[in-house]
Amino acid sequence: MTALGNYKRERIDALAARAGQLPEGDAGLSLTRSAFRRLRRDPVAITGAVIVLVFLLVAAFAPLLAPKDPVTQYLLSEIRPGTIPGSQEGFPLGVDNLGRDLLSRLIYGSRQSLLIGVVSTVLGLVVGMSLGVLAGAFGGWVDTVVMRFVDIILSIPGLLMAITVSVLLGQSQLSLMIAIAVVQVPIFARLLRGSMLAQRGSDYAVAARALGVRKGRIVFGHVLPNSLSPVIVQATLSLATAIIEAAALSYLGLGDPDIARPEWGAMLANAQDFLSIRPALAVWPALCIIVVALGFTLLGERLREALDPKFRR
Amino acid sequence: MLRFIVRRLLQLIPILLGLSVLLFAWLRALPGGPAQAALGERATPEAIAQYNELFGLDEPLYVQYFRFLGRAVQLDFGSSTQYGRPVSEVFLERFPGTIELTLFAMLFAIGVGIPLGYLAARRYGSFLDSASVVGSLIGVAIPVFFLAYLLRLLFAVELGWLPGSGRQDVRIDATRITNFYVLDGLLTREWDAAWDAVLHLVLPAIALGTIPLAIIVRITRASVLDVVNEDYVRTANAKGLAMATVRRRHIIRNALLPVSTTIGLQTGLLLSGAVLTETVFAFGGVGSTLYDAIRFRDFAVLQGFILMLAVVYVLVNLLVDISYGLLDPRVRVR
Amino acid sequence: MVFGAAGDPAMFDPAFASDGETFRIARQIHEGLLTTSAGSTELEPALAEDWEVSEDGLEYTFNLREGVQFHDGTDFNAEAVCFNFDRWHNFTGLAQSPSASYYYQAVFGGFADSENPGIYEGCEAVDENTAVVTFNQVTSKIPAALSLPAFSIQSPTALQEYDADNLSGSEDAITYTEYALEHPTGTGPFKFDSWDRGNSEVTIVRNEDYWGEPALLDEIIFRTIPEGNTRRQELQAGTIDGYDFVSPADYDTLESEGFQVLVRDPFNILYLGFNGGNVEGTQANPALQDPRVRQAIAHAIDRETIVNSLLPEGAEVATNFMPPTVDGWADDVPTYEYDPERARQLLEEAGAAGTTLRFYYPTDVSRPYLPDPAAMFQVIAEDLREVGLTIEPVALQWNPDYLQAVQSGQADIHLLGWTGDYNDAYNFIGTFFAEDQDNQASAEFGAFSAPEIFAALAEADAEPDPSTRTELYQEANRLIKEYLPAVPISHSPPALVVADNVQGLEPSPLTAEDFSTVSLEE
Repeated sequence: MTALGNYKRERIDALAARAGQLPEGDAGLSLTRSAFRRLRRDPVAITGAVIVLVFLLVAAFAPLLAPKDPVTQYLLSEIRPGTIPGSQEGFPLGVDNLGRDLLSRLIYGSRQSLLIGVVSTVLGLVVGMSLGVLAGAFGGWVDTVVMRFVDIILSIPGLLMAITVSVLLGQSQLSLMIAIAVVQVPIFARLLRGSMLAQRGSDYAVAARALGVRKGRIVFGHVLPNSLSPVIVQATLSLATAIIEAAALSYLGLGDPDIARPEWGAMLANAQDFLSIRPALAVWPALCIIVVALGFTLLGERLREALDPKFRR
Repeated sequence: MLRFIVRRLLQLIPILLGLSVLLFAWLRALPGGPAQAALGERATPEAIAQYNELFGLDEPLYVQYFRFLGRAVQLDFGSSTQYGRPVSEVFLERFPGTIELTLFAMLFAIGVGIPLGYLAARRYGSFLDSASVVGSLIGVAIPVFFLAYLLRLLFAVELGWLPGSGRQDVRIDATRITNFYVLDGLLTREWDAAWDAVLHLVLPAIALGTIPLAIIVRITRASVLDVVNEDYVRTANAKGLAMATVRRRHIIRNALLPVSTTIGLQTGLLLSGAVLTETVFAFGGVGSTLYDAIRFRDFAVLQGFILMLAVVYVLVNLLVDISYGLLDPRVRVR
Repeated sequence: MVFGAAGDPAMFDPAFASDGETFRIARQIHEGLLTTSAGSTELEPALAEDWEVSEDGLEYTFNLREGVQFHDGTDFNAEAVCFNFDRWHNFTGLAQSPSASYYYQAVFGGFADSENPGIYEGCEAVDENTAVVTFNQVTSKIPAALSLPAFSIQSPTALQEYDADNLSGSEDAITYTEYALEHPTGTGPFKFDSWDRGNSEVTIVRNEDYWGEPALLDEIIFRTIPEGNTRRQELQAGTIDGYDFVSPADYDTLESEGFQVLVRDPFNILYLGFNGGNVEGTQANPALQDPRVRQAIAHAIDRETIVNSLLPEGAEVATNFMPPTVDGWADDVPTYEYDPERARQLLEEAGAAGTTLRFYYPTDVSRPYLPDPAAMFQVIAEDLREVGLTIEPVALQWNPDYLQAVQSGQADIHLLGWTGDYNDAYNFIGTFFAEDQDNQASAEFGAFSAPEIFAALAEADAEPDPSTRTELYQEANRLIKEYLPAVPISHSPPALVVADNVQGLEPSPLTAEDFSTVSLEE
């Protein structure tokens, strides 16, 4: 089983090990401050940050920004199979297959997409980190058992896992988020464990042990806080992939049962039936997903590089 | 080396046992059993009871499990309720397609990913750098069912250059030997059949390759940047070696080591089946079969396929580890 | 010609099949005693030139067509007919599995060794071309059901040679027989040629010795493409010549691009089912036991708008639980017109205003009667919210999750429907509302008890005289509509599409299209 999920494991471990090499302080600046400084000068990181900020603002102020109610079927009686009215007075982007305002749905959709991204990432993070801490803090047979369990999860096709989780829990927005989180758990677990192992071997941990500091205090007071940065970076990335996963699960009919509630992934999946008559119904949510995914990824990538001493120039 | 291989293979046994128990319990916990799946709208409580009795699904779980296990050790995974044929037969028919698709997807990801990642690193911080990272991410950010639609719209419907789905043109009467369609075409000298099978692989391979592509671009870029800062590169530069030689002998070669691991292991992941990609491309591989199987509650197929895939997965990773040891003299396989 | 199918066939012995993709191919290879005429649900002679029914409705005399041979050269005669009837009746073991011989059980009721051996008494070959089939009970399903592919007459020689009835590989797993997978042998206009499973393609070729008008095409390939958009794009790319299950949203686009959309007459029903919660182990909303609440829901749904906005042209608002073309359809049933005001009032009277209903709808599916379940759900849910009901949506994947949940009575209200197998009222309303062994309706409808409905259905089914039977079924329809165990919503016409050069494909309401008359213009 050691080979199962090797790819992810090694990549994650390498990342974690790198974070472990971080020296404390750089020309008198703390690590985070120097990283932040470099991020501020990086146009790519700024682009990412601006995208994410706009996304957050839209989600926060959706009721103010949206011109119409997102669930009212305004133009239902004008819809015919094969004809969906396009852009017109009061409906700048046109309406969807049930006569609802597309623009308002996109604006409100940012809320559900954000919710799904955040909740599923946090869920994956909490469970994954607990497993990682367990393995990383105790080592030995605990490590072996936990990691073997994680490897088993990694060896089953992710989508198949997600499908069965949704089916077992019954469909709801929460089970959708859990299904997405399950796929993230092994990644966070491995990442944190690898990072903690690297920290445990670092000079300060050895020194603390030599000084007789209690093990628990070393682990939770020093090792864990110093191991978090690769996990945080991974979390920003998984915010984006969660939205894409949600689209795939909606496409397979495992999305939010309250399908009238706008969410980009579900909107994109639902638009597949109308591609021949109104491709815009798919294109707009797809664009939103791509832009937001890029925003989070760019920010996350650059954050990782900024935190990595190798990229200091 | 031999001991290493034997040990790794022996480790398979507890893994497969554990996995089989988990799978068995997990699948049977799903609501709506095979009887309901087989009967659909026409199911009545009596018919479901009759079905369960005939198929031994009314027996206690452990009885069913040990019957399954007893057969499985003889490599008999039972018979698919959906196809009415032995699971191993279905696997041998579907797995070659997935292997072909995986190889093509990886070819695409490597062929595009390594040059792109290398260029991005050489022009670190430039427009090209950002563009290649962003570009490789766009494919990932479009859900595959929509990406498949767009690819087909452009290359199959509008341009007519490539076939949009399936594994081979149904009008071609090709001979099947191994179920690797490209290989079969070459073996039987049916060149048109082989070429047609290749063309059918292009679009699904692109759709499937976008994720490894994005990873390879990033890993290549990162490891080239790592290597450029190494002492030996600085030394080589200092002693006046031509830049091209430094790049070829030192940078590319050393940077490719982590990339090759990624490639090997990513291949392992793709082999376990691209569920959505195969389904939307009507491509008969293990991924689409597994998806149908979960919907039909075809326990025999799910159990058999996942266990066989776990074996394949371990073997692929074993190969990767061995080849990694051969590539890099510093790594000794223990 | 290459035709795009939505799924793989199971195999080619129709006696063991109940799915449309298997039947589509089986219909080209095999023939039964009776068939339906092209484009309608009317019965028509096939291998039987005509038939007589005895006064008491128990004895059917089939005068068989002469000079017909099976694909393997075996003569078709009365012996062969009786061989097939006896074969079905004597299925044992896994062949009795309802997933295999569903239709035999549904129509004939049981097997030789069952507790209840069913209605089949025997078959006698009176002479070479006369077969007499006797029953011990009258049913309205016969003779119409004999037009189903499941009751095709297959070659006795081939059935025996390739061990057609031995379904069991290992004790609990079906392994289809060599006959069903490799050697299906019928009398039809096409012969089975090959099945390339890896590439999901089935090839059938013309039967040169066909007794009737030979097929116009030499060969037809059925290719499986599960996803709807992929099928459409393959047609647009010209790699297939036609496909089934066209999304209603695509009708206009395809026609404007020069394809022929062949719309079938609707022979289905979509309904919104109620469950008042009599089923043990479930917790449905008991408010639905009050007829006023059920009527209120019926009044709340704007079925006119649904039919216009969500369903393809040709769809109709349903008043009965069966399409108007079926004998026994009644035009004087209560209709519960769209009237939200009345709905609110009825809810008020019943003290059920604001009650919460768990509304189940399926995902990941498109049925002929329900092309877009999510859209249908959202529109009906809005209508119900409009009259003050609270809707709690429950979505499940179609099969088996959704069907299992609603058929076992877990939903308060749910969407489901049916496509008719043959022209018989019992195939619709009997399937839905006949009583079970416990003298209740099925769990899907909350196991309600309505003896007058059950009695009316049983009486109509057992009535040998056709015109009396029609009246009895009309009465049953009226009773059902008064009781209102569900609201009939619509009949929706499904369609096939073919390229502009495809001629002679007649869409059939029973999806019983005959490909022997199809040709490709240059």
